[in-house]
Amino acid sequence: MSMELPALSIAEVQARLRAKVVSPAEVLRALDERIAQVDPQIHGYLSRDLAAALKCAENADVSLPLGGVPIAIKDVINVTGEPCTAASKILQGYRSNYDATVIRKLRAAGAIPFGRCNLDEFAMGSSTENSAFGHTRNPWDTSRVPGGSSGGSAAVVAADEAFAALGSDTGGSIRQPAALCGIVGLKPTYGRVSRFGLIAFASSLDQIGPFTKTVRDSALVLNAIAGRDPQDSTSLDEPVPDHTALLGRDLKGIRLGMPREYFIDGIDPQVDAAVRAAVRHYESLGAEIVEVSLPNTEHAVGVYYIIATAEASANLARFDGVRYGHRAADATGLLDHYGRTREEGFGPEVKRRIILGTYVLSSGYYDAFYLRAQKVRTLIRRDFSAAFEKVDALICPTSPEVAFKAGDRSDDPLKMYLADIFTIATNLAGIPGISIPCGFASTDGRQLPIGLQLLGKPFHEPQLLQIAHAFEQSTDWHKARPNLA
Amino acid sequence: MSAQFDVRYTAQLARLNLSEAEISKFQTQISQILAYVEKLEQVDVRGVEPTAHANAIFNVFREDKARDWFTAEDALANAPRAANQLFIVPKVIE
Repeated sequence: MSMELPALSIAEVQARLRAKVVSPAEVLRALDERIAQVDPQIHGYLSRDLAAALKCAENADVSLPLGGVPIAIKDVINVTGEPCTAASKILQGYRSNYDATVIRKLRAAGAIPFGRCNLDEFAMGSSTENSAFGHTRNPWDTSRVPGGSSGGSAAVVAADEAFAALGSDTGGSIRQPAALCGIVGLKPTYGRVSRFGLIAFASSLDQIGPFTKTVRDSALVLNAIAGRDPQDSTSLDEPVPDHTALLGRDLKGIRLGMPREYFIDGIDPQVDAAVRAAVRHYESLGAEIVEVSLPNTEHAVGVYYIIATAEASANLARFDGVRYGHRAADATGLLDHYGRTREEGFGPEVKRRIILGTYVLSSGYYDAFYLRAQKVRTLIRRDFSAAFEKVDALICPTSPEVAFKAGDRSDDPLKMYLADIFTIATNLAGIPGISIPCGFASTDGRQLPIGLQLLGKPFHEPQLLQIAHAFEQSTDWHKARPNLA
Repeated sequence: MSAQFDVRYTAQLARLNLSEAEISKFQTQISQILAYVEKLEQVDVRGVEPTAHANAIFNVFREDKARDWFTAEDALANAPRAANQLFIVPKVIE
Protein backbone atom coordinates (compact mmCIF):
# COMPACT_ATOMS: atom_id res chain seq x y z
CA MET A 1 0.00 0.00 0.00
CA SER A 2 2.57 2.56 1.01
CA MET A 3 4.44 1.94 -2.24
CA GLU A 4 1.35 2.61 -4.36
CA LEU A 5 -0.04 5.67 -2.62
CA PRO A 6 2.56 8.17 -3.87
CA ALA A 7 1.76 7.27 -7.49
CA LEU A 8 -1.79 8.60 -7.15
CA SER A 9 -3.17 11.90 -8.40
CA ILE A 10 -4.69 14.43 -5.98
CA ALA A 11 -8.20 13.38 -7.02
CA GLU A 12 -7.36 9.70 -6.41
CA VAL A 13 -5.70 10.18 -3.03
CA GLN A 14 -8.58 12.41 -2.00
CA ALA A 15 -11.10 9.70 -2.80
CA ARG A 16 -9.17 7.31 -0.54
CA LEU A 17 -8.91 9.89 2.23
CA ARG A 18 -12.63 10.62 2.11
CA ALA A 19 -13.52 6.93 2.07
CA LYS A 20 -11.25 6.61 5.12
CA VAL A 21 -9.22 3.91 3.38
CA VAL A 22 -6.14 5.88 4.51
CA SER A 23 -5.56 8.69 6.96
CA PRO A 24 -3.71 11.95 6.17
CA ALA A 25 -0.88 10.79 8.45
CA GLU A 26 -0.55 7.50 6.53
CA VAL A 27 -0.43 9.40 3.27
CA LEU A 28 2.36 11.61 4.63
CA ARG A 29 4.35 8.65 5.90
CA ALA A 30 4.03 6.86 2.57
CA LEU A 31 5.31 9.95 0.75
CA ASP A 32 8.13 10.34 3.23
CA GLU A 33 9.15 6.73 2.62
CA ARG A 34 9.04 7.22 -1.13
CA ILE A 35 11.18 10.36 -0.83
CA ALA A 36 13.72 8.56 1.36
CA GLN A 37 13.87 5.81 -1.26
CA VAL A 38 14.20 7.75 -4.51
CA ASP A 39 15.24 11.31 -3.70
CA PRO A 40 18.94 10.44 -3.25
CA GLN A 41 18.91 9.85 -7.05
CA ILE A 42 16.84 12.94 -7.87
CA HIS A 43 17.65 15.57 -5.24
CA GLY A 44 14.35 17.31 -5.86
CA TYR A 45 13.99 18.30 -2.20
CA LEU A 46 16.20 20.63 -0.21
CA SER A 47 14.46 19.87 3.08
CA ARG A 48 11.28 18.50 4.56
CA ASP A 49 9.72 18.55 8.02
CA LEU A 50 7.64 15.42 8.55
CA ALA A 51 6.87 16.25 12.19
CA ALA A 52 5.40 19.65 11.27
CA ALA A 53 3.36 18.10 8.45
CA LEU A 54 2.07 15.33 10.72
CA LYS A 55 0.93 17.97 13.16
CA CYS A 56 -1.13 19.60 10.39
CA ALA A 57 -2.47 16.15 9.50
CA GLU A 58 -3.90 15.67 12.99
CA ASN A 59 -6.58 18.31 12.34
CA ALA A 60 -6.96 17.75 8.61
CA ASP A 61 -10.54 18.02 7.38
CA VAL A 62 -10.72 15.65 4.43
CA SER A 63 -14.05 17.11 3.32
CA LEU A 64 -12.31 20.32 2.24
CA PRO A 65 -11.36 20.75 -1.46
CA LEU A 66 -7.72 19.64 -0.84
CA GLY A 67 -8.36 18.14 2.60
CA GLY A 68 -5.39 16.12 3.86
CA VAL A 69 -3.43 16.36 0.60
CA PRO A 70 0.31 17.12 1.01
CA ILE A 71 1.71 19.64 -1.48
CA ALA A 72 5.41 20.29 -2.06
CA ILE A 73 6.58 23.90 -2.20
CA LYS A 74 9.34 25.54 -4.25
CA ASP A 75 11.93 26.85 -1.80
CA VAL A 76 11.14 30.42 -2.73
CA ILE A 77 7.66 30.60 -1.13
CA ASN A 78 7.46 31.31 2.60
CA VAL A 79 5.94 28.75 4.97
CA THR A 80 5.95 29.57 8.68
CA GLY A 81 8.72 27.82 10.57
CA GLU A 82 10.41 26.40 7.46
CA PRO A 83 13.58 27.38 5.59
CA CYS A 84 13.20 29.48 2.45
CA THR A 85 16.62 29.54 0.81
CA ALA A 86 15.82 30.40 -2.82
CA ALA A 87 18.63 27.82 -3.31
CA SER A 88 21.06 30.59 -2.37
CA LYS A 89 23.81 30.68 0.20
CA ILE A 90 22.69 34.21 1.03
CA LEU A 91 19.54 32.76 2.65
CA GLN A 92 21.12 29.71 4.25
CA GLY A 93 19.75 29.37 7.78
CA TYR A 94 16.80 31.73 7.17
CA ARG A 95 13.49 30.64 8.67
CA SER A 96 10.16 32.11 7.57
CA ASN A 97 7.97 33.57 10.26
CA TYR A 98 4.93 34.03 8.07
CA ASP A 99 2.92 32.16 5.44
CA ALA A 100 2.78 33.35 1.84
CA THR A 101 -0.80 34.03 0.77
CA VAL A 102 -0.81 30.90 -1.43
CA ILE A 103 0.16 28.84 1.63
CA ARG A 104 -2.57 30.44 3.75
CA LYS A 105 -5.04 29.62 0.98
CA LEU A 106 -3.76 26.05 0.58
CA ARG A 107 -4.16 25.52 4.31
CA ALA A 108 -7.70 26.97 4.18
CA ALA A 109 -8.47 24.40 1.47
CA GLY A 110 -7.19 21.65 3.77
CA ALA A 111 -3.84 20.98 2.04
CA ILE A 112 -0.64 20.28 3.99
CA PRO A 113 2.57 21.97 2.80
CA PHE A 114 5.24 19.26 2.86
CA GLY A 115 8.75 19.50 1.49
CA ARG A 116 10.87 22.32 0.05
CA CYS A 117 11.78 21.89 -3.63
CA ASN A 118 15.12 22.70 -5.22
CA LEU A 119 15.42 25.43 -7.88
CA ASP A 120 17.89 27.55 -9.77
CA GLU A 121 19.16 30.17 -7.33
CA PHE A 122 16.51 32.91 -7.02
CA ALA A 123 14.62 31.14 -9.83
CA MET A 124 17.25 32.24 -12.36
CA GLY A 125 17.92 29.43 -14.78
CA SER A 126 16.46 26.73 -16.99
CA SER A 127 18.15 23.61 -15.63
CA THR A 128 18.22 23.73 -11.78
CA GLU A 129 22.01 23.55 -12.10
CA ASN A 130 22.30 27.02 -10.56
CA SER A 131 21.23 25.80 -7.11
CA ALA A 132 23.80 26.48 -4.40
CA PHE A 133 22.78 23.17 -2.81
CA GLY A 134 23.30 20.64 -5.60
CA HIS A 135 21.65 19.86 -8.96
CA THR A 136 18.28 18.20 -9.35
CA ARG A 137 18.25 15.33 -11.82
CA ASN A 138 15.59 14.38 -14.35
CA PRO A 139 13.68 11.26 -13.22
CA TRP A 140 13.54 10.01 -16.83
CA ASP A 141 17.34 10.07 -17.16
CA THR A 142 19.35 11.14 -14.16
CA SER A 143 22.25 12.28 -16.34
CA ARG A 144 19.96 15.02 -17.68
CA VAL A 145 18.52 18.20 -16.20
CA PRO A 146 14.86 18.49 -15.09
CA GLY A 147 14.58 21.98 -16.59
CA GLY A 148 14.22 25.06 -14.46
CA SER A 149 13.94 27.09 -12.57
CA SER A 150 11.30 25.04 -10.72
CA GLY A 151 13.17 21.81 -11.53
CA GLY A 152 12.78 20.35 -8.04
CA SER A 153 9.01 20.88 -8.05
CA ALA A 154 8.70 19.19 -11.46
CA ALA A 155 11.03 16.29 -10.65
CA VAL A 156 9.36 15.35 -7.35
CA VAL A 157 5.92 15.20 -8.98
CA ALA A 158 7.26 13.19 -11.94
CA ALA A 159 9.06 10.79 -9.58
CA ASP A 160 5.93 10.26 -7.44
CA GLU A 161 7.60 11.97 -4.50
CA ALA A 162 4.68 14.43 -4.36
CA PHE A 163 1.07 14.53 -5.54
CA ALA A 164 1.52 18.14 -6.59
CA ALA A 165 3.92 21.02 -6.07
CA LEU A 166 3.88 24.78 -6.30
CA GLY A 167 6.41 26.55 -8.49
CA SER A 168 6.86 30.04 -9.88
CA ASP A 169 7.09 31.06 -13.53
CA THR A 170 8.86 34.24 -14.65
CA GLY A 171 9.84 33.20 -18.18
CA GLY A 172 8.83 29.54 -18.32
CA SER A 173 10.01 28.24 -14.96
CA ILE A 174 6.87 26.13 -14.47
CA ARG A 175 6.06 25.11 -18.05
CA GLN A 176 9.56 24.19 -19.26
CA PRO A 177 10.43 21.83 -16.36
CA ALA A 178 6.91 20.34 -16.54
CA ALA A 179 7.58 19.58 -20.22
CA LEU A 180 11.04 18.12 -19.58
CA CYS A 181 9.70 15.93 -16.73
CA GLY A 182 6.49 14.79 -18.48
CA ILE A 183 3.87 16.34 -16.18
CA VAL A 184 1.31 19.17 -16.16
CA GLY A 185 2.54 22.70 -15.33
CA LEU A 186 0.30 25.77 -15.28
CA LYS A 187 1.29 29.42 -15.25
CA PRO A 188 -1.84 31.43 -14.43
CA THR A 189 -2.67 34.89 -15.80
CA TYR A 190 -0.53 37.61 -14.22
CA GLY A 191 -2.55 38.86 -11.25
CA ARG A 192 -4.61 35.67 -10.88
CA VAL A 193 -2.56 34.42 -7.89
CA SER A 194 -1.09 36.53 -5.09
CA ARG A 195 2.69 36.89 -5.05
CA PHE A 196 2.77 37.92 -1.39
CA GLY A 197 5.36 35.75 0.33
CA LEU A 198 7.05 34.69 -2.92
CA ILE A 199 10.66 35.87 -3.00
CA ALA A 200 10.52 38.31 -5.90
CA PHE A 201 12.66 37.81 -9.02
CA ALA A 202 10.98 39.99 -11.67
CA SER A 203 7.83 41.45 -10.16
CA SER A 204 6.02 42.31 -13.39
CA LEU A 205 6.48 38.74 -14.69
CA ASP A 206 6.45 36.35 -11.69
CA GLN A 207 3.41 34.16 -11.13
CA ILE A 208 2.90 31.13 -8.85
CA GLY A 209 1.30 28.00 -10.27
CA PRO A 210 0.87 24.25 -9.79
CA PHE A 211 2.73 21.15 -11.01
CA THR A 212 0.42 18.15 -11.12
CA LYS A 213 0.03 14.70 -12.67
CA THR A 214 -3.30 15.57 -14.31
CA VAL A 215 -5.12 18.59 -15.70
CA ARG A 216 -7.96 18.11 -13.23
CA ASP A 217 -5.50 18.32 -10.34
CA SER A 218 -4.12 21.53 -11.82
CA ALA A 219 -7.63 23.01 -11.77
CA LEU A 220 -8.15 21.88 -8.17
CA VAL A 221 -4.96 23.58 -6.97
CA LEU A 222 -5.68 26.75 -8.96
CA ASN A 223 -9.16 26.89 -7.39
CA ALA A 224 -7.49 26.97 -3.99
CA ILE A 225 -4.77 29.57 -4.65
CA ALA A 226 -6.46 32.04 -7.03
CA GLY A 227 -7.98 35.36 -6.09
CA ARG A 228 -7.43 38.94 -5.07
CA ASP A 229 -5.16 39.56 -2.09
CA PRO A 230 -5.04 42.96 -0.38
CA GLN A 231 -1.36 42.27 0.35
CA ASP A 232 -0.46 42.08 -3.36
CA SER A 233 -1.58 45.21 -5.20
CA THR A 234 -0.98 43.45 -8.54
CA SER A 235 -3.42 40.65 -7.80
CA LEU A 236 -6.64 41.45 -9.63
CA ASP A 237 -10.17 41.62 -8.34
CA GLU A 238 -11.55 39.19 -10.91
CA PRO A 239 -14.12 36.65 -9.76
CA VAL A 240 -12.60 33.18 -9.24
CA PRO A 241 -14.58 30.65 -11.30
CA ASP A 242 -14.59 26.91 -10.66
CA HIS A 243 -11.65 25.84 -12.81
CA THR A 244 -13.03 22.31 -13.11
CA ALA A 245 -16.36 23.54 -14.50
CA LEU A 246 -15.56 23.10 -18.19
CA LEU A 247 -13.56 19.86 -17.88
CA GLY A 248 -15.07 17.13 -20.01
CA ARG A 249 -16.83 19.46 -22.44
CA ASP A 250 -16.15 18.73 -26.09
CA LEU A 251 -14.11 21.02 -28.31
CA LYS A 252 -16.76 21.82 -30.89
CA GLY A 253 -16.39 25.43 -31.92
CA ILE A 254 -12.96 25.82 -30.28
CA ARG A 255 -10.39 27.47 -32.52
CA LEU A 256 -6.71 26.80 -31.88
CA GLY A 257 -3.99 28.96 -33.42
CA MET A 258 -0.62 27.63 -34.52
CA PRO A 259 1.80 30.56 -34.28
CA ARG A 260 4.06 30.17 -37.28
CA GLU A 261 7.01 31.67 -35.35
CA TYR A 262 6.82 28.70 -32.93
CA PHE A 263 7.28 26.08 -35.64
CA ILE A 264 10.71 26.93 -36.92
CA ASP A 265 14.02 25.37 -37.93
CA GLY A 266 16.16 24.41 -34.99
CA ILE A 267 13.44 22.62 -33.06
CA ASP A 268 14.30 19.03 -32.16
CA PRO A 269 12.61 17.06 -35.01
CA GLN A 270 11.06 14.63 -32.53
CA VAL A 271 9.54 17.55 -30.59
CA ASP A 272 8.24 19.10 -33.81
CA ALA A 273 6.70 15.78 -34.91
CA ALA A 274 5.01 15.16 -31.54
CA VAL A 275 3.53 18.66 -31.39
CA ARG A 276 2.26 18.45 -34.98
CA ALA A 277 0.70 15.08 -34.15
CA ALA A 278 -0.98 16.73 -31.17
CA VAL A 279 -2.38 19.42 -33.46
CA ARG A 280 -3.85 16.72 -35.73
CA HIS A 281 -5.28 15.00 -32.67
CA TYR A 282 -7.03 18.22 -31.69
CA GLU A 283 -8.51 18.37 -35.17
CA SER A 284 -9.88 14.87 -34.68
CA LEU A 285 -11.42 16.06 -31.41
CA GLY A 286 -13.38 18.71 -33.30
CA ALA A 287 -11.18 21.78 -32.78
CA GLU A 288 -10.53 24.05 -35.73
CA ILE A 289 -6.86 24.78 -36.43
CA VAL A 290 -5.86 28.20 -37.73
CA GLU A 291 -2.41 29.48 -38.57
CA VAL A 292 -1.60 32.75 -36.82
CA SER A 293 1.42 35.01 -36.60
CA LEU A 294 3.15 36.59 -33.60
CA PRO A 295 5.63 38.68 -35.58
CA ASN A 296 7.55 40.08 -32.59
CA THR A 297 8.40 36.66 -31.18
CA GLU A 298 12.04 36.94 -32.21
CA HIS A 299 12.48 39.91 -29.85
CA ALA A 300 11.03 38.24 -26.78
CA VAL A 301 14.28 36.81 -25.38
CA GLY A 302 16.05 40.16 -25.69
CA VAL A 303 13.18 42.07 -24.09
CA TYR A 304 12.95 39.51 -21.33
CA TYR A 305 16.62 39.61 -20.40
CA ILE A 306 16.47 43.38 -20.09
CA ILE A 307 13.22 43.62 -18.12
CA ALA A 308 13.73 40.57 -15.92
CA THR A 309 17.32 41.44 -14.98
CA ALA A 310 16.44 45.10 -14.38
CA GLU A 311 13.65 44.12 -11.99
CA ALA A 312 15.87 41.46 -10.39
CA SER A 313 18.70 43.91 -9.75
CA ALA A 314 16.25 46.11 -7.85
CA ASN A 315 14.54 43.24 -6.00
CA LEU A 316 17.81 41.65 -4.92
CA ALA A 317 19.08 44.92 -3.44
CA ARG A 318 17.23 43.86 -0.28
CA PHE A 319 19.87 41.20 0.39
CA ASP A 320 22.16 43.48 2.31
CA GLY A 321 23.23 41.33 5.26
CA VAL A 322 21.28 43.40 7.78
CA ARG A 323 17.76 42.03 8.27
CA TYR A 324 18.27 38.41 7.23
CA GLY A 325 20.66 36.11 5.48
CA HIS A 326 24.39 35.89 5.13
CA ARG A 327 26.59 38.71 6.43
CA ALA A 328 30.27 39.10 5.67
CA ALA A 329 32.48 38.99 8.74
CA ASP A 330 34.56 41.92 9.98
CA ALA A 331 33.48 44.55 7.47
CA THR A 332 35.68 47.64 7.52
CA GLY A 333 32.77 49.90 6.56
CA LEU A 334 29.37 49.99 4.91
CA LEU A 335 30.53 49.55 1.30
CA ASP A 336 32.84 46.71 2.29
CA HIS A 337 29.93 45.14 4.20
CA TYR A 338 27.56 45.28 1.21
CA GLY A 339 30.14 44.33 -1.40
CA ARG A 340 31.49 41.28 0.39
CA THR A 341 28.15 40.10 1.84
CA ARG A 342 26.73 39.97 -1.67
CA GLU A 343 29.91 38.55 -3.22
CA GLU A 344 29.95 35.69 -0.72
CA GLY A 345 26.19 35.08 -0.76
CA PHE A 346 25.22 35.09 -4.45
CA GLY A 347 26.14 32.47 -7.05
CA PRO A 348 27.51 33.21 -10.55
CA GLU A 349 24.23 33.39 -12.52
CA VAL A 350 22.64 35.71 -9.95
CA LYS A 351 25.70 37.97 -10.01
CA ARG A 352 25.64 38.01 -13.81
CA ARG A 353 21.99 39.06 -13.85
CA ILE A 354 22.40 41.70 -11.14
CA ILE A 355 25.23 43.24 -13.17
CA LEU A 356 23.27 43.12 -16.43
CA GLY A 357 20.14 44.52 -14.75
CA THR A 358 22.07 47.29 -13.04
CA TYR A 359 23.71 48.21 -16.33
CA VAL A 360 20.48 48.48 -18.35
CA LEU A 361 18.99 50.74 -15.66
CA SER A 362 22.09 52.88 -15.23
CA SER A 363 22.28 56.51 -16.20
CA GLY A 364 22.71 56.95 -19.93
CA TYR A 365 21.50 53.45 -20.85
CA TYR A 366 17.99 53.43 -19.39
CA ASP A 367 16.29 54.77 -22.52
CA ALA A 368 18.31 52.68 -24.93
CA PHE A 369 17.75 49.40 -23.13
CA TYR A 370 15.03 49.42 -20.50
CA LEU A 371 12.56 51.89 -22.01
CA ARG A 372 13.00 50.41 -25.48
CA ALA A 373 12.44 46.90 -24.09
CA GLN A 374 9.22 48.07 -22.44
CA LYS A 375 8.02 49.44 -25.77
CA VAL A 376 8.81 46.22 -27.60
CA ARG A 377 6.96 44.46 -24.77
CA THR A 378 3.88 46.45 -25.84
CA LEU A 379 4.30 45.12 -29.39
CA ILE A 380 4.56 41.54 -28.08
CA ARG A 381 1.36 41.99 -26.06
CA ARG A 382 -0.41 43.39 -29.14
CA ASP A 383 0.62 40.31 -31.14
CA PHE A 384 -1.21 38.09 -28.66
CA SER A 385 -4.28 40.36 -28.48
CA ALA A 386 -4.54 40.27 -32.26
CA ALA A 387 -4.17 36.48 -32.34
CA PHE A 388 -6.84 36.03 -29.67
CA GLU A 389 -9.31 37.91 -31.84
CA LYS A 390 -9.12 34.94 -34.22
CA VAL A 391 -8.63 31.98 -31.88
CA ASP A 392 -9.49 30.75 -28.37
CA ALA A 393 -6.01 29.48 -27.56
CA LEU A 394 -2.59 28.97 -29.10
CA ILE A 395 -0.91 25.59 -29.53
CA CYS A 396 2.86 25.17 -29.80
CA PRO A 397 5.86 23.36 -28.27
CA THR A 398 6.72 24.26 -24.67
CA SER A 399 10.44 23.86 -25.28
CA PRO A 400 12.34 23.48 -28.56
CA GLU A 401 14.12 20.44 -27.11
CA VAL A 402 13.90 17.61 -24.63
CA ALA A 403 15.90 17.44 -21.40
CA PHE A 404 19.57 18.15 -22.08
CA LYS A 405 22.62 16.65 -20.39
CA ALA A 406 23.70 18.21 -17.11
CA GLY A 407 26.76 20.41 -17.62
CA ASP A 408 26.14 20.83 -21.35
CA ARG A 409 25.60 24.56 -21.33
CA SER A 410 26.04 25.66 -17.75
CA ASP A 411 28.83 28.00 -18.84
CA ASP A 412 27.08 29.47 -21.89
CA PRO A 413 24.40 31.83 -20.52
CA LEU A 414 23.11 33.00 -23.89
CA LYS A 415 22.57 29.45 -25.10
CA MET A 416 20.81 28.64 -21.83
CA TYR A 417 18.56 31.71 -22.22
CA LEU A 418 17.48 30.52 -25.67
CA ALA A 419 16.01 27.38 -24.06
CA ASP A 420 13.11 29.65 -23.06
CA ILE A 421 12.19 31.06 -26.49
CA PHE A 422 8.67 29.57 -26.50
CA THR A 423 7.75 30.38 -22.91
CA ILE A 424 9.09 33.90 -22.34
CA ALA A 425 6.62 35.92 -24.42
CA THR A 426 3.74 34.52 -22.34
CA ASN A 427 5.05 36.27 -19.23
CA LEU A 428 5.73 39.49 -21.09
CA ALA A 429 2.08 39.48 -22.24
CA GLY A 430 0.76 38.30 -18.85
CA ILE A 431 -1.39 35.54 -20.37
CA PRO A 432 -1.90 32.03 -18.93
CA GLY A 433 -0.09 28.98 -20.28
CA ILE A 434 -0.06 25.28 -19.60
CA SER A 435 2.31 22.47 -20.57
CA ILE A 436 0.96 18.92 -20.86
CA PRO A 437 2.69 15.69 -21.92
CA CYS A 438 2.30 14.91 -25.65
CA GLY A 439 4.87 12.25 -26.42
CA PHE A 440 8.40 10.99 -26.03
CA ALA A 441 11.65 11.37 -27.90
CA SER A 442 14.04 8.43 -28.12
CA THR A 443 17.48 9.70 -27.25
CA ASP A 444 20.49 7.55 -26.31
CA GLY A 445 18.17 4.62 -25.69
CA ARG A 446 16.06 6.68 -23.29
CA GLN A 447 12.50 7.92 -23.55
CA LEU A 448 12.40 11.65 -22.81
CA PRO A 449 9.10 13.50 -22.37
CA ILE A 450 7.87 16.17 -24.81
CA GLY A 451 5.62 19.02 -23.68
CA LEU A 452 2.72 20.59 -25.56
CA GLN A 453 2.07 24.20 -24.69
CA LEU A 454 -1.36 25.84 -24.79
CA LEU A 455 -1.65 29.60 -24.26
CA GLY A 456 -4.95 31.25 -23.41
CA LYS A 457 -6.65 34.61 -23.08
CA PRO A 458 -6.19 36.47 -19.79
CA PHE A 459 -8.37 34.94 -17.04
CA HIS A 460 -9.63 32.22 -19.39
CA GLU A 461 -7.98 29.44 -17.37
CA PRO A 462 -11.20 27.35 -17.24
CA GLN A 463 -11.26 27.17 -21.04
CA LEU A 464 -7.50 26.56 -21.25
CA LEU A 465 -7.86 23.67 -18.80
CA GLN A 466 -10.84 22.33 -20.77
CA ILE A 467 -8.73 22.25 -23.94
CA ALA A 468 -5.78 20.62 -22.14
CA HIS A 469 -8.05 18.09 -20.44
CA ALA A 470 -9.65 17.01 -23.73
CA PHE A 471 -6.22 16.08 -25.10
CA GLU A 472 -5.07 14.39 -21.91
CA GLN A 473 -8.19 12.27 -21.55
CA SER A 474 -8.01 11.02 -25.13
CA THR A 475 -4.28 10.11 -24.99
CA ASP A 476 -2.13 8.02 -22.65
CA TRP A 477 0.98 10.20 -22.43
CA HIS A 478 0.20 11.43 -18.90
CA LYS A 479 0.04 7.84 -17.61
CA ALA A 480 3.69 7.05 -18.38
CA ARG A 481 6.03 7.10 -15.38
CA PRO A 482 9.81 7.06 -15.20
CA ASN A 483 11.35 3.79 -14.11
CA LEU A 484 13.12 4.52 -10.85
CA ALA A 485 14.62 1.65 -8.92
CA MET B 1 26.91 50.41 -27.18
CA SER B 2 27.97 47.19 -25.48
CA ALA B 3 31.56 48.25 -26.18
CA GLN B 4 31.13 50.79 -23.39
CA PHE B 5 30.00 48.19 -20.88
CA ASP B 6 32.32 48.32 -17.86
CA VAL B 7 31.74 45.44 -15.50
CA ARG B 8 33.90 46.96 -12.76
CA TYR B 9 31.94 50.21 -12.60
CA THR B 10 28.56 48.45 -12.85
CA ALA B 11 29.50 46.08 -10.02
CA GLN B 12 30.24 49.10 -7.85
CA LEU B 13 26.78 50.50 -8.59
CA ALA B 14 25.31 47.12 -7.61
CA ARG B 15 27.32 47.02 -4.36
CA LEU B 16 28.65 43.65 -5.44
CA ASN B 17 32.33 42.77 -5.18
CA LEU B 18 33.67 40.48 -7.90
CA SER B 19 36.87 38.48 -8.17
CA GLU B 20 39.31 39.25 -10.99
CA ALA B 21 38.28 35.97 -12.63
CA GLU B 22 34.60 36.94 -12.46
CA ILE B 23 35.36 40.40 -13.84
CA SER B 24 37.01 39.10 -16.97
CA LYS B 25 34.44 36.33 -17.47
CA PHE B 26 31.41 38.62 -16.98
CA GLN B 27 32.94 41.32 -19.19
CA THR B 28 32.96 38.83 -22.08
CA GLN B 29 29.68 37.06 -21.33
CA ILE B 30 27.60 40.16 -20.64
CA SER B 31 29.04 41.93 -23.69
CA GLN B 32 27.82 38.98 -25.76
CA ILE B 33 24.37 39.17 -24.17
CA LEU B 34 24.25 42.94 -24.79
CA ALA B 35 25.24 42.42 -28.42
CA TYR B 36 22.30 40.02 -28.67
CA VAL B 37 19.77 42.38 -27.03
CA GLU B 38 20.97 45.26 -29.19
CA LYS B 39 18.94 43.67 -32.00
CA LEU B 40 16.04 45.53 -30.39
CA GLU B 41 17.45 48.73 -31.88
CA GLN B 42 16.09 47.57 -35.23
CA VAL B 43 12.48 47.47 -33.97
CA ASP B 44 10.35 50.43 -34.92
CA VAL B 45 8.88 51.68 -31.63
CA ARG B 46 7.89 55.16 -32.75
CA GLY B 47 4.64 56.16 -31.03
CA VAL B 48 4.54 52.96 -28.95
CA GLU B 49 3.75 53.33 -25.25
CA PRO B 50 5.95 51.32 -22.87
CA THR B 51 4.43 48.40 -20.93
CA ALA B 52 5.54 48.33 -17.30
CA HIS B 53 2.98 45.73 -16.37
CA ALA B 54 0.87 43.11 -18.08
CA ASN B 55 -2.30 44.50 -16.52
CA ALA B 56 -3.44 48.08 -16.42
CA ILE B 57 -3.02 48.63 -12.71
CA PHE B 58 -3.60 51.98 -11.13
CA ASN B 59 -2.88 53.07 -7.60
CA VAL B 60 -4.31 50.66 -5.08
CA PHE B 61 -5.24 52.27 -1.80
CA ARG B 62 -6.17 50.89 1.56
CA GLU B 63 -7.23 52.48 4.80
CA ASP B 64 -4.31 54.04 6.63
CA LYS B 65 -4.78 51.82 9.65
CA ALA B 66 -2.24 49.74 11.57
CA ARG B 67 -2.67 45.97 11.26
CA ASP B 68 -1.23 43.12 13.23
CA TRP B 69 2.07 42.07 11.75
CA PHE B 70 5.55 41.21 12.93
CA THR B 71 6.53 41.95 16.49
CA ALA B 72 10.01 43.38 16.98
CA GLU B 73 11.16 39.87 17.93
CA ASP B 74 9.70 38.44 14.70
CA ALA B 75 11.39 41.13 12.64
CA LEU B 76 14.74 40.47 14.29
CA ALA B 77 14.47 36.67 14.29
CA ASN B 78 16.60 36.26 11.15
CA ALA B 79 18.96 39.17 11.70
CA PRO B 80 22.61 38.13 11.51
CA ARG B 81 23.36 40.73 14.21
CA ALA B 82 20.90 42.35 16.59
CA ALA B 83 20.93 43.79 20.08
CA ASN B 84 18.52 45.78 22.26
CA GLN B 85 15.71 45.14 19.76
CA LEU B 86 17.73 46.79 16.98
CA PHE B 87 19.55 45.65 13.85
CA ILE B 88 23.30 46.16 14.16
CA VAL B 89 24.87 47.75 11.08
CA PRO B 90 28.42 48.84 10.31
CA LYS B 91 29.26 52.39 11.30
CA VAL B 92 27.97 54.71 8.54
CA ILE B 93 29.00 58.19 9.69
CA GLU B 94 32.57 58.93 10.70
